Amino acid sequence: MKLLVLAEVPQAVTFAQQWASLTGGSYVLVQAKDITAEMLVAAMKAHGCDALAGAATSLGRDALARAAALLDLPMLSDVVKIESTDNRLVLTRPMYAGNVLARVRTLGDVAVYSVRVSAFGLPTSHSPLPTPLALEPIPTPGVTVLSLDAPEQNRPELTQARVVVSGGRPTRDAETFEKLIGGLADKLGGAAGATRAVVDDGIAPNELQVGQTGKVVAPELYIAAGVSGSIQHLAGMKDSKIIVAINTDPDAAIFEVADYGLVADIHVAIPELLEKL
Amino acid sequence: MKILVPIKRVPDPYEKIQVSPDGTLALDDVKWVINPFDEIALEEAVRLRESGADVEIIAVSIGGSVCEEQLRTALALGADRAVLIETDAALEPGSVARLLHGLVGQSQIDLILMGKQAIDDDYGTTGQMLAGSLGWPMATFASKITLEGNDAIVVVREVDAGRETVRVSLPAVITADLRLNEPRYVALPAIMRARSKPLERVAGVAQDPKIEVIEFLPPPPRKAGRRVSSVDELILALKDEARVL
Repeated sequence: MKLLVLAEVPQAVTFAQQWASLTGGSYVLVQAKDITAEMLVAAMKAHGCDALAGAATSLGRDALARAAALLDLPMLSDVVKIESTDNRLVLTRPMYAGNVLARVRTLGDVAVYSVRVSAFGLPTSHSPLPTPLALEPIPTPGVTVLSLDAPEQNRPELTQARVVVSGGRPTRDAETFEKLIGGLADKLGGAAGATRAVVDDGIAPNELQVGQTGKVVAPELYIAAGVSGSIQHLAGMKDSKIIVAINTDPDAAIFEVADYGLVADIHVAIPELLEKL
Repeated sequence: MKILVPIKRVPDPYEKIQVSPDGTLALDDVKWVINPFDEIALEEAVRLRESGADVEIIAVSIGGSVCEEQLRTALALGADRAVLIETDAALEPGSVARLLHGLVGQSQIDLILMGKQAIDDDYGTTGQMLAGSLGWPMATFASKITLEGNDAIVVVREVDAGRETVRVSLPAVITADLRLNEPRYVALPAIMRARSKPLERVAGVAQDPKIEVIEFLPPPPRKAGRRVSSVDELILALKDEARVL
């Protein structure tokens, strides 16, 4: 068996290594720039691949799922674990905002996989990893990209950061959000995240949203500041190694998943943290 | 313009679904609703009509007769007619895409507006698979859509890096993200009127499942945490106990 891998992030390669060691197959890495499903399908044909994998990013979610239909293959999204049982591949993926894990397998063990970045570490490298192949551009018919509004990030990417500091509605406005959440993130060399409410209110941009429908993160340290802890937000961060919650409401749901809970006003506690760290 | 809006019946997103001790999902006492992203898609279709476009909105659901409840709600929210593709089979995204493809083939649809993901199985793949299967352009994670005449739509998409603007030619599949709109509440008179709108039942063609669920498991529990009484205590705990600072 041969797996084509959309090598957008290193964690996709980690999955490919695990896949190869379980199946005895091999894999081919391809570059993610301007990727389309049509390019993936052409590359699979050119390299004799029967399965396809990549990360569950906005790019991967699109190209991989569309490719699955073009290939008439089943797709398993947000895979968090791959194993082999009775010589069959078994994949684990979350459902119901992460409250249920489903162990599943596909007909013939051939499928398209999108993998959850936060669930896979960096690839093991006994020897240098192969350079991903550049593919000939093939546009998806009828789609024209007009513009990309992607503010330059001076912080680590959310899903790759060792520390994430997330702010909820008590951050009030963009300036305070940046001062408190951004300031603490910078102090810790981490990324800033936000709840849905904060993004809805225009306090933080959409690319910072953490949750079931935003980005899913599992950093070493997650600091939830003024975050109540809805099911949807928890789905995006509850696999973090250490969770700190700071909230004025002692009954906030976020405290149920926190390793350390501090009942305090973020406008008082975060300036104090900034001063003492 | 004919807009198809697929509607999935899902448990209320505010319910925490858990695995029962016998390994099944505890779904007996939950409240069922329209998948929130599908409701946003439907609302957008209704707004296109309200902004003056000549639009017919067809809501479609797949499943047992219980799905009629959500289709009636869709009719009350503004769909003109509804179709229930009846099947009692377990549905995976590939099967849903194939069944919807079949319906589209018979109905001369110009636009499919659907949720970007269902909040029960969290696959997030059906829209892309349907677009791929039809060979149509797609624009996923839409936070703003603007009609350009009768043959194109400009879509602002929420992507990992920020916001991307694309133009897609029609027919196309567009999947709705959270910030596309805020769906309205259903008014009682609309519920009454919806009772007389047409709801057609068609038999779903049997689909061969390609995904087999072996078991459902609860997520691993987190170690119980503790309260700290001050910022100083928090810093100390993070340094000496958790060793993350």
